[in-house]
Amino acid sequence: MSTSLALRKTAGQAVVYLALTVAAVIVVYPLYNGLVTSFLSANSVYSYPPKLVPVEFCWQNYLDALHQAPLLRFVMNSFIQSSGVMVSQLVLASLAAFAFAFLPFKGKQVVFLVFLSTMMIPWESTIIPNYLFIQGIKWDDTYLGLIAPFMASAFATFLIRQSFMSLPRDLYDAAVIDGCSNLRYLLTVALPLSRPALGTLAVYSFLQTYNQYLWPLLITNKIEMRTVQIGITMLRDAEREMWQVVMAGVVIVMLPTLLLFVVANRQLIRGLTAGALKG
Amino acid sequence: MAVLANSTAGGQVAQRSSRARQRRRDIAQWMAALPYLAPSLVLFSVFVFYPLVRSVVLSMYATNSIGQMTRFVGTRYYQRLLESSEYLNSLAVTARFVLYTVPGVLIVSLILATLGNLRLRGIAVYRVAFALPLAISGATAALLFMFLYHPTLGPFNYFLDLLRLPRVGWLIDPKWALMAVAVPRIWLQSGFATVVILAGMQGISEELFEAAKIDGAGRFASWRHVTLPLITPSLFFLLVVTTLGAFQTFTEVNVLTNGGPVDATQVVVHEIYRSFYFNGQYGFASAQALILFVIMLVLTIIQFGVIEKRVYYA
Repeated sequence: MSTSLALRKTAGQAVVYLALTVAAVIVVYPLYNGLVTSFLSANSVYSYPPKLVPVEFCWQNYLDALHQAPLLRFVMNSFIQSSGVMVSQLVLASLAAFAFAFLPFKGKQVVFLVFLSTMMIPWESTIIPNYLFIQGIKWDDTYLGLIAPFMASAFATFLIRQSFMSLPRDLYDAAVIDGCSNLRYLLTVALPLSRPALGTLAVYSFLQTYNQYLWPLLITNKIEMRTVQIGITMLRDAEREMWQVVMAGVVIVMLPTLLLFVVANRQLIRGLTAGALKG
Repeated sequence: MAVLANSTAGGQVAQRSSRARQRRRDIAQWMAALPYLAPSLVLFSVFVFYPLVRSVVLSMYATNSIGQMTRFVGTRYYQRLLESSEYLNSLAVTARFVLYTVPGVLIVSLILATLGNLRLRGIAVYRVAFALPLAISGATAALLFMFLYHPTLGPFNYFLDLLRLPRVGWLIDPKWALMAVAVPRIWLQSGFATVVILAGMQGISEELFEAAKIDGAGRFASWRHVTLPLITPSLFFLLVVTTLGAFQTFTEVNVLTNGGPVDATQVVVHEIYRSFYFNGQYGFASAQALILFVIMLVLTIIQFGVIEKRVYYA
């Protein structure tokens, strides 16, 4: 009796693990297939049936990818853009969040709604004037043009504000009575205590910017100013189909964000879901 | 009498001075808050509010090839939109794209989150795998799928061969192309969606499941009657976010099909892009962009007004 019950439990667990594994394989498969293909020789890629497991390790594809398009330059451009956006969002969102969380002023609700409304206006519906503006001030093909439109973010402000609001109010009141200035309180108390939220925002805004497509496509024309997501499609267009080289390029381009995700996924997930559900 | 008049006058003075004091305090508070808010407000004005107004103006002017306004045309572009078969087609394509991706993302991520919420050894590894698409960009996802879809070299048609099914021209057949663009989109968004649902599930109190168990509920019944109602806030949030995201789709289309074959995947944002970037019709494209904005706004309001009432907030 008890053994059959135990047996049924084990069998049930096996089914559950099987379901989990099947789901995980499906989710990871596109990535896996890209990785396998990036190591195949041209002969293997262009023979039937397609290779579903790694049968060879052809590093040459990676050298070819780097040779066919200035991928490292693209990665550098994207790093500059993403870091610029990340740092300015951290600074500007912290400042604005501080005003919302700690400072009393008339019309706070209205200003809050102004911030909120920027999230309701889709970027796509204002992109034409923005494109004309950036071109008009000759910021196309510059890092400034890539960074400036994304420096302020309402989402980032709300994420940091959420964290500031969880700090004990008495702490701020006591600090003010002791003659601590607002800026000093922000720098020495509020920000150090909000490190988790700042970390989440840093990872999130870096990922978002690194993965941008439409804006860099519009405002960069010189090859040396292209960002990775645009540059990578050059491999596809470059010569007659070389899929193993395209996949090697895709792996190179994805590597920084995948590493960032593996290192910081806990932080990112906890922070984002807290913001998404409470905000 | 005189005393009375005197006292009211004094009261008025006192009131006025207190109001003045109040005003001074308001201004002082604003001066303290302004440096913190100003950088964001200035940037929002330059890159969000001004461009929105500018879009409205632009949509009523004919322009030259570099986007300078040349002639006032009033609402002519809006009238022309109603007759433009390209634009109406892009709206229909977008609507179908929304219908493919939004239920797709919600169902896939509900399944993944349910599996990921099981308490088993090694579950953390599965959770990371399910969230993985979070880190991947639209452009690289599109390229990964482009090879999977390859008519002769790609694994998808090979799998069809194995199942003895006829091959499909995923990206070249107008019947399949939109579906083929929707799949990488669903794949990408399921990462974030699974994470959000999983967080909702983990916030449910353990006692509720125990109570359901005592009432004789099996695993499925407690999922159906405890878990599902309690994650409706997460599902509602995702419904809004993925609907808006589907309306804004551009990257996957641009990389995979460039709007083709015969405009079968020409979604609205790609149509806007074609109008202003290739055809130089800045005014006409601005009118399209504003219609998109209005549609998204109305849909969001409807979702909040109708569906949110059925969301269960604990």
